[in-house]
Amino acid sequence: MQPFGTLKGFGVTFKHIFKQPITQQYPEYKRPVYPRFRGRHRLHRHANGLEKCVGCSLCAAACPSDCIRVVAAENTAEHRVSAGERYARIYEINLSRCIFCGYCELACPFDAITLGNEFELSEYSRDDLIYTKDMLLAEPIKRIPVQDADLYDTPIPAYKTSS
Amino acid sequence: MSWLVLASGSSGEPWWISLIKAAIVINLVLFGFAYLTLIERKVMGRMQLRYGPNRVGPFGTLQPIADLVKLIRKESFFPAAAIDVLYILGPFLAAFTALTTFSVIPWGPGWTIGGYEVTGYVADVSISLLLIFAIGSIGIYGFIIGGWASDSKFALLGSMRTCAQLVSYEVSLALSVLGVVIMAKSLSLVDIVAAQGADIWYVIPQIVGFVIFILAGTAETARAPFDLPEAEQELVAGYHTEYGGMRFGLYSMSEYINLITLSGLAVTLFLGGWHGPWLPGPVWFIIKLAVIIFVFIWMRTTLPRLRYDQLMRFGWKVLLPIATVNAVVTAILVVWI
Repeated sequence: MQPFGTLKGFGVTFKHIFKQPITQQYPEYKRPVYPRFRGRHRLHRHANGLEKCVGCSLCAAACPSDCIRVVAAENTAEHRVSAGERYARIYEINLSRCIFCGYCELACPFDAITLGNEFELSEYSRDDLIYTKDMLLAEPIKRIPVQDADLYDTPIPAYKTSS
Repeated sequence: MSWLVLASGSSGEPWWISLIKAAIVINLVLFGFAYLTLIERKVMGRMQLRYGPNRVGPFGTLQPIADLVKLIRKESFFPAAAIDVLYILGPFLAAFTALTTFSVIPWGPGWTIGGYEVTGYVADVSISLLLIFAIGSIGIYGFIIGGWASDSKFALLGSMRTCAQLVSYEVSLALSVLGVVIMAKSLSLVDIVAAQGADIWYVIPQIVGFVIFILAGTAETARAPFDLPEAEQELVAGYHTEYGGMRFGLYSMSEYINLITLSGLAVTLFLGGWHGPWLPGPVWFIIKLAVIIFVFIWMRTTLPRLRYDQLMRFGWKVLLPIATVNAVVTAILVVWI
């Protein structure tokens, strides 16, 4: 029946006033990212402090948006930076061009570059979005919570059970 | 000074009390409009499992002020092909008529303050109900002129729709009120409220009229589900597509104030105005006003927009006959009983 169906709709909307909103208040509450979320890049070091990157430029070759710039230099006995023959003297990623595809990660033979979890990458200037080697090697300043992996293996999504 | 005599009505209060009351009422209505936008967004948000605005100030209470500052600081542009006088006149006409109509709605029993008799209304015009409808009809010109003068297809289509819809539903709206007028034997809102204080609230004998009034009133204020004049999906924004800044703000203001006035009219005509036990008159008036406005917001969240032919069919083939029958039956009953 048409009028009763409409009244039922009014009942539904009224009932929802008293329910807890499912809004996630973003800047205060950061939703945990997926375990395999592709965020800002990170460069890694070996346990002995040497850089994993050997400056082979395979990541730059794999990059579809051409946002990685690598300039390699030879390691010497007194100035040893990486474990290989050469090291990356300049390693820059222009994050305003990056599409976070993760091809650099796949191309890297030494697992030197990976995509981290950071996604809050806004800056006031485009120049600030060019991340240099020091910035990529440093520990990320902001900690992004990562979601528990098996939470996503359940048939019912988390937002339906937790709110 | 005949207009001052008219404004102060038949009561013996000096004219400057009317002016003070008018200033208070206008400011209260504007304040109510500002917070109505916030409350509407809050209530709608809650009904849709959202919070609504909660960033500016505690619980978002400064949001209307932030909106106002934003609108005022925006550039007041107008399209190159617009007819500038009419383009500027449109929102002013709409806002002016919206603010004027509230003056005849009574909101209190009247008091004696410092030896002066202060009535609970700004003006008691003997034909105040007609005055509200007449001024409301002038307000439609604001929408039509604005849409037409801004030289845009969307604005023109929106103003055509506004015009057709408002004219169609005004008939049902006026007819739905007729039953109340017959029962109270007066067109003055003050007399109608007084009659309801002595008798029962007219929502009980005039329930059909009340429902028609609310439905036609929703269409009259162009709110969902009758918000075809500003259907975002088909017309960008309706008649105020080409407006920005505080001119758009004036249109928005006139729409919300029309809603407040219409709710006030519903309270006055059907829900006994300011009458009620224990609490003072204005408090009762505001409580009832809030309830009616909540119903409007509730309707907006619940119902999807009608198609244009459905809108016209509903107005002319459903509401108008029922309103007519209601008025005739009321007239027969009043004469025979």
